[in-house]
Amino acid sequence: MKFKTKTSPFFNSSQNINSVMLQVLIALIPGTLTLMYFFGAGIFLNVIISIVFAVSLEIFALIIRKRPLLPFLSDLSAIVTAWLFALTLPPLVPWWIIFVGVFFAIIVAKHLYGGLGYNPFNPAMVGFAVLIVSFPFEMSQWIHPRTFEGLGAYDFGLVEQLGFIFGDQKPAWDAITMATPLDEVKTGLRAGTDYGKVLEGSTYLQTFSQNTWIWSSLAFILGGIWLLYKKVIQWQIPAALLGTLGFISAVFYIFSGDSFASPLFHITSGATILGAFFIATDPVSASTTPIGKLIYGASIGFFIYIIRVWGNYPDAIAFAVLIMNMAVPMIDYYTQPRVFGHKPSFFSSGATQRKQDKKS
Amino acid sequence: MNASLSTNPSTTALRLSQNIKLYKFHGGVHPPFHKKDSNQKPIEFAGIPERLIVPIHQHIGKTAELVVSVGDKVKKGQLIAEKSDFISAAIHAPTSGKISFIGEHSIPHPSGLTEICAVIDTDGKDDWGDYKLTPIEDPANADYSELLDRIEQAGIVGLGGAVFPTAVKLAGASQQNKNKIKTLIINGAECEPYITCDDRLMQDRSADIVKGIQVIQTLIKPENCQIAIEDNKPEAIAAMRAATADFSDIEVIAIPTIYPSGGEKQLIEILTGKEVRSGGLPIELGLMCSNVGTTYSIYKAIYLGEPLLSRIITVTGNGIQHPQNFEVLIGTPFSHLAQQAGGYTKMAENLIMGGPMMGFAIPDDDVPVIKATNCALFISATSLRESNPAFSNQPTLPCIRCGKCMEVCPVKLLPQQLYWHIRAKDFEKAEDHSLRDCIDCGCCSYVCPSHIPLVDYFRFGKSEIREQKVALEKADLSRQRHEFLLYRKERDKRERDEKRAAHKAALQEKKAAAKPNGANGEQSSSPKADAIKAAMERAKAKKQARTESEQSDAKTKETSSKTNTKANTEEAQ
Ligand code: SF4
Ligand code: SF4
Repeated sequence: MKFKTKTSPFFNSSQNINSVMLQVLIALIPGTLTLMYFFGAGIFLNVIISIVFAVSLEIFALIIRKRPLLPFLSDLSAIVTAWLFALTLPPLVPWWIIFVGVFFAIIVAKHLYGGLGYNPFNPAMVGFAVLIVSFPFEMSQWIHPRTFEGLGAYDFGLVEQLGFIFGDQKPAWDAITMATPLDEVKTGLRAGTDYGKVLEGSTYLQTFSQNTWIWSSLAFILGGIWLLYKKVIQWQIPAALLGTLGFISAVFYIFSGDSFASPLFHITSGATILGAFFIATDPVSASTTPIGKLIYGASIGFFIYIIRVWGNYPDAIAFAVLIMNMAVPMIDYYTQPRVFGHKPSFFSSGATQRKQDKKS
Repeated sequence: MNASLSTNPSTTALRLSQNIKLYKFHGGVHPPFHKKDSNQKPIEFAGIPERLIVPIHQHIGKTAELVVSVGDKVKKGQLIAEKSDFISAAIHAPTSGKISFIGEHSIPHPSGLTEICAVIDTDGKDDWGDYKLTPIEDPANADYSELLDRIEQAGIVGLGGAVFPTAVKLAGASQQNKNKIKTLIINGAECEPYITCDDRLMQDRSADIVKGIQVIQTLIKPENCQIAIEDNKPEAIAAMRAATADFSDIEVIAIPTIYPSGGEKQLIEILTGKEVRSGGLPIELGLMCSNVGTTYSIYKAIYLGEPLLSRIITVTGNGIQHPQNFEVLIGTPFSHLAQQAGGYTKMAENLIMGGPMMGFAIPDDDVPVIKATNCALFISATSLRESNPAFSNQPTLPCIRCGKCMEVCPVKLLPQQLYWHIRAKDFEKAEDHSLRDCIDCGCCSYVCPSHIPLVDYFRFGKSEIREQKVALEKADLSRQRHEFLLYRKERDKRERDEKRAAHKAALQEKKAAAKPNGANGEQSSSPKADAIKAAMERAKAKKQARTESEQSDAKTKETSSKTNTKANTEEAQ
């Protein structure tokens, strides 16, 4: 009798890429819901619109590149990218801005580099970076959160919001938007105001229950813990990122509490938590060795602080991540774990062996 | 204690009941083990098939040399092919019959390779004639070399899969060598899914295994002996504990069930916490491992005088009616085994020799089992991916660098990086990532969510690097040859010129000597004669140099190239 032949191992565990990606989507839910609570349906619309654009562009790119549609769509990676990207957008941005961002994320950052698995840069962050550089005004219009007295997201109906996004209608930005705490603190400190005074002057930084950013941070931490528990991500990157950011900001805060923001502020504002657990941990573009992940995470934390405090942009997750994406191949090469039966060596004992072989 | 364990086998209790510190190796996986499928029935003899196909190369080392020819009648245990080198092993007739064919026959190999085999038409009498060796009565007091010779004679090789000649290994580890073995480790881990031949052997023939262990102990005199068995085999553990109860120096250790705990280096790490050096041998740590099956064959060779004619093989999988363990004559075709196990089911789509993690698929069941065969797994394609049949046909997706492979690699490699570099054909980088240390265990492929056949890439990378090295050496050799050729041409030409010059000079001298006024001939010729003499001497020296350099060239190319350059420089002077 004749038999089919294959190569070992003949077994495969039940894991698939989409089961991994699905966990990421699940983990994003609490954070997204919290943001929706504060900012209304606009957040949800952003997510949906981004996903629709991303999936359409993904299909387009796959057809052009003559790749099979089903396996590559069912891996869910485009949806993860779109969702993460959407969470960095302020509510009520016009649709074409979203489209430009998604286009850069999916087409330029992902497919032009060879598609899933081959992108050296984090696609969602490429999309965000393009927008913040090209449309700084639109990208900084965060509307008033729920707890703010006066016009807020909740004062618009769904149709009205859709009108803002897709129609010519423009909201009276000045009336309904405000500076984010990061903006506020940055401008305040730059102007020479004490950190304490800035906080006092800020309408919604004083009270804990009103602090949108603290609550959403907590929700994203919950998602992050889920990912850790499900072993989708490892502890190294978030720990190193938050640790470094916390440490540097603590040093400056202790050194001069008036002119530098507190570590708690840095960790809970902007996209820090989202970045630490969901963005910097994107496996494709992050470092892959255990020690490499520590270095990678720590460096991102370092750059976040530098750019936030001395740079021109209020938040810095995107740029810090993109900068470190470039360093990944080098980090990975020099942080190989010690291989079984090898002596500890500063880097790659395999390379030493190879060179010895050549000599003899 | 043993009795209570055998009645109530709880795996954790098994480990807790022993107070020995065990260690963990990095990574490892827990595939579905399917041991119960085949370990319920005792070992049975698989019978004598009509035809035995006995390959004469079943071991690591040099092919054995045939000593029979077509038409010869052979008795059971008669030598068919003898050990041909230091590392080689004898092959015997597994039963009596007539040699009907000697030549190429397909052997168990993924690409259906053929190899020289001796085909025996069996006569069913299973007649030993007088080929049975005399049992060694009292091995404990037997002569060291008598025991070792017997093991060599019996053609015993490592039955755990390595098929390295056991006598050579024992000789290397024995007392007469400078390496002192502290602990003898008997490997009964059997971590591959589906395989239960060692499990069943330990249950059914524990006393014999212990006798085999004692023979090894006599040979290498270790301080103690540890029998390591995965805790998913409580019956085997109980049986071995009962059989070793009277021996204080033999200890049965239940180790946690995790693949690949049966890998030699991994088992050593579990038991001692030590790592065998990359490229090194356990002997360096004062350890020696022996497989349960090998140990049993040693018992048979010493106590019964039987060479290695059969081995225990697990016949299992959903492609077979009644999975079971058999004692099988070497050379039995797989098809015969399938018959013995009740025949095929509809699901017999793949035939795998070995387990599903490291075994290999065989295209045809007309091939014989060999000394290395521990399992014949007949299995359907879907059940290989049974944990998730919906995705059994999912194509390979790109690597998303999730690092799952790295987490399970027992050697602590970075499979994702290796894969990347090998895909890019950057073998140098792959070597920098210690590709050579990969043990092909398949854990990385097993967990990969993109279903990338990582191990295939690594095998490819390794063979490519090997080929490159061979090619490089060849290129080196031919370059040296070419250089030598050029040198020789030049040298020959120069020698010819010199000879001619010498000849001319000699002629002139003769002429001068033939002149009548020879009185002053000596004086007048003296400067010329000196020149001739010098030239002749030089030619002689060169001739000598030439023969020398040629001789050394035959020995080693490197020294030859040195002499070449030396000769060259001498000549230049
Ligand atoms: S497990 Fe597969 S997808 Fe994940 S890093 Fe390894 S090779 Fe890549
Ligand atoms: S096959 Fe090689 S790389 Fe893969 S897990 Fe085993 S040792 Fe590691």
